Amino acid sequence: MLKIDNVTKRFGSHTAVDNLSLTIPKGEMFGFLGANGAGKTTTFRMILGLIDLTEGNISWNDEPIGYDTSSLIGYLPEERGLYPKMKVKEQIVYLARLRGMDKKEAEKELIEWLRKFNVPEYENKRVEELSKGNQQKIQFIASVIHKPQLLILDEPFSGLDPVNVELLKKAVYELKEQGTTIVFSSHRMEHVEELCESLCIIHKGSPIVQGRLNEIKRDFGKKNLMIKADFELKELEMLPGVIKMKKLIGGAILQIENENVSQDILDFLKPKGFIRQFSLEEPSLNDIFIEKAGASYE
Amino acid sequence: MSRFGLILAKSYMNKIKSKSFLITTLIFTLVIIGATNFQSITSLFEGSGDGDEEKWQVVVYEEDTEIAGSLSDQVAILNSSIEVSGGEAGRVDLEEQLENGEFDALLSISMTEAGRIDAEYLSASLTANSYSVDLQAALQTIQSNMAANRLSLSADELATLNMPVAFSQAAYVDSAKSAEELDQARGLVYVLIFVIYMSVLIYSMMIATEVATEKSSRVMEILISSVPPIQQIFAKILGIGLVGLTQIFIWAIVGILSVNLSSDTLEGGIYSLFDFSSGSISTIVYGIVFFLLGYFLYATLAAFLGSLVSRSEDLQQVLMPVNILIVGGAMLAFFGLAEPESGYITVTSYIPFFTPLVMFTRVGMLNIPFWEPAIAISLTVLTILVLGWFGAKVYRGGVLMYGNSSSLKDIKQAVQLSKKEKS
Repeated sequence: MLKIDNVTKRFGSHTAVDNLSLTIPKGEMFGFLGANGAGKTTTFRMILGLIDLTEGNISWNDEPIGYDTSSLIGYLPEERGLYPKMKVKEQIVYLARLRGMDKKEAEKELIEWLRKFNVPEYENKRVEELSKGNQQKIQFIASVIHKPQLLILDEPFSGLDPVNVELLKKAVYELKEQGTTIVFSSHRMEHVEELCESLCIIHKGSPIVQGRLNEIKRDFGKKNLMIKADFELKELEMLPGVIKMKKLIGGAILQIENENVSQDILDFLKPKGFIRQFSLEEPSLNDIFIEKAGASYE
Repeated sequence: MSRFGLILAKSYMNKIKSKSFLITTLIFTLVIIGATNFQSITSLFEGSGDGDEEKWQVVVYEEDTEIAGSLSDQVAILNSSIEVSGGEAGRVDLEEQLENGEFDALLSISMTEAGRIDAEYLSASLTANSYSVDLQAALQTIQSNMAANRLSLSADELATLNMPVAFSQAAYVDSAKSAEELDQARGLVYVLIFVIYMSVLIYSMMIATEVATEKSSRVMEILISSVPPIQQIFAKILGIGLVGLTQIFIWAIVGILSVNLSSDTLEGGIYSLFDFSSGSISTIVYGIVFFLLGYFLYATLAAFLGSLVSRSEDLQQVLMPVNILIVGGAMLAFFGLAEPESGYITVTSYIPFFTPLVMFTRVGMLNIPFWEPAIAISLTVLTILVLGWFGAKVYRGGVLMYGNSSSLKDIKQAVQLSKKEKS
């Protein structure tokens, strides 16, 4: 269990993380969201003990995290990097051994992982010879090869093509199934929605939303209404209970105060003409983020 | 293996296996073999020396004198590779023969009424300077003898005139090195200063490059989440230091072997540098000690400065002050070779950044009491420890900082980033 307790980090007068408290149970996948500069990487670095906390406490299974526990923790930094001139095998084995893994076992695991990522032929290639996407796979292997209990992934899917994103998602999901606790930040809301049970949105260093995904959506109250019709929808914006409207081609998405409003709108629309689509949807994380942080995420 | 050991082994093996290490080691090894066998190698090109066709053929043209025979005898004493013979044709014909390459040089000799020999040396090129010098010396002797004859001086009287001054040097301090010893010491110290200077420069640069590469390739973030920065920095410094020692060890072995294999045929010259008398052994031991001190001092400095830059391109800029210090130390040391007792050498030999080179010069050239290098060494060790402690702080913060500037402000910021701020 990862416990972050009233953690604050200040750099001089600038507060990077302000009074953050989180509890992430064992085996859970936790999403960490926030715009650039919100304090995600700083939080990760504090979890890893790379920078000291100004206030508060962080523990893994009630023990402080430090270099003594580095064999239990895996970290994929946002800024990717490996030794460009070293061969994949040498490099991964070296990094695994630095985290306390046995050499033979590291070699065996590496072959397994390379096969899983469909790139067994890279074992003896130098990293600089690989494409960026493939370097990312190697980097991912470097962060998980020693079978960490806690895995921290900083933007694991950025810069990957959709095929590789799926491959990596699958791998992350498998690790979760094996009991690894995973914390990851992502630029893409849909990745978090898809993978995480719980999440936290931080904005300018403060957590603004946190909890289980379905509860967050339920508590948010507001719903989205998707309408496609053959007639002009402009006047819908004036109806009571409609917060805002975004026009699409041949339709619109409305944000409404609660689900009851949708029935009023349906009554209003019925006499107007032919309705192709009328669906009530859960709010997306993006909507919640925009609402809470008052800023667009992407 | 401990993590410290792993990093040490990797830094060491990576460099030892690298092409640049193999190439530099090989080039220097060849240079050493070349230098120690210099005379054998040059004599290869000069030939064996006893064949007539190898000799420098000089033909003498005389107008009113008869000295070709005695010149030939005199020259034979001075330089056996010159053969002098009398010309048997007119001057114009001889010049033509010279141009045709029938002999190497033409010497036209005439004598003034006052008894001065006027000689004109004519050759295709004047690069073989030693021949004309020897010829001139031989002519000088002949002229003196002729003058003595005219003045009716006996051979003894002539010898008295030409008697050289007996000039020997001695220092009144017992322990001071004799002039001969000093010359010998100077050679060895010169070579060692150069080796220390080059290796400190090269290896501290290597450390900085290594750190900057790890940082710019962003592998650093994985490393510092696995291994404490202090362990990393010192494992790396030690690893590269061992590379340096390995290289120096190889060169020393090659040098000694090469000297011993060739020293039975040749003596003097460059070999006196490698004459392993007791004095030079202590100089060599000091050399190794000062190399290590210099290396650790500058490597620590370079490592933490390297941690400040985000791109390898900026490295030169931050290392500039370090390079200036090393070059400054080397210049002081080379000045010190000429006048090891001057005040500024004594003073700078206690400044830690100059100690490795300047104190080494003093130790090598003078017989100074043991406590002097001991104090300087302690000061340097202290500086290394302080730099190491401070460097580790900067390193810890520095490797997490990515910006494009590289200045004192960054050092402050880096220290701040790594500071324990727990209240």
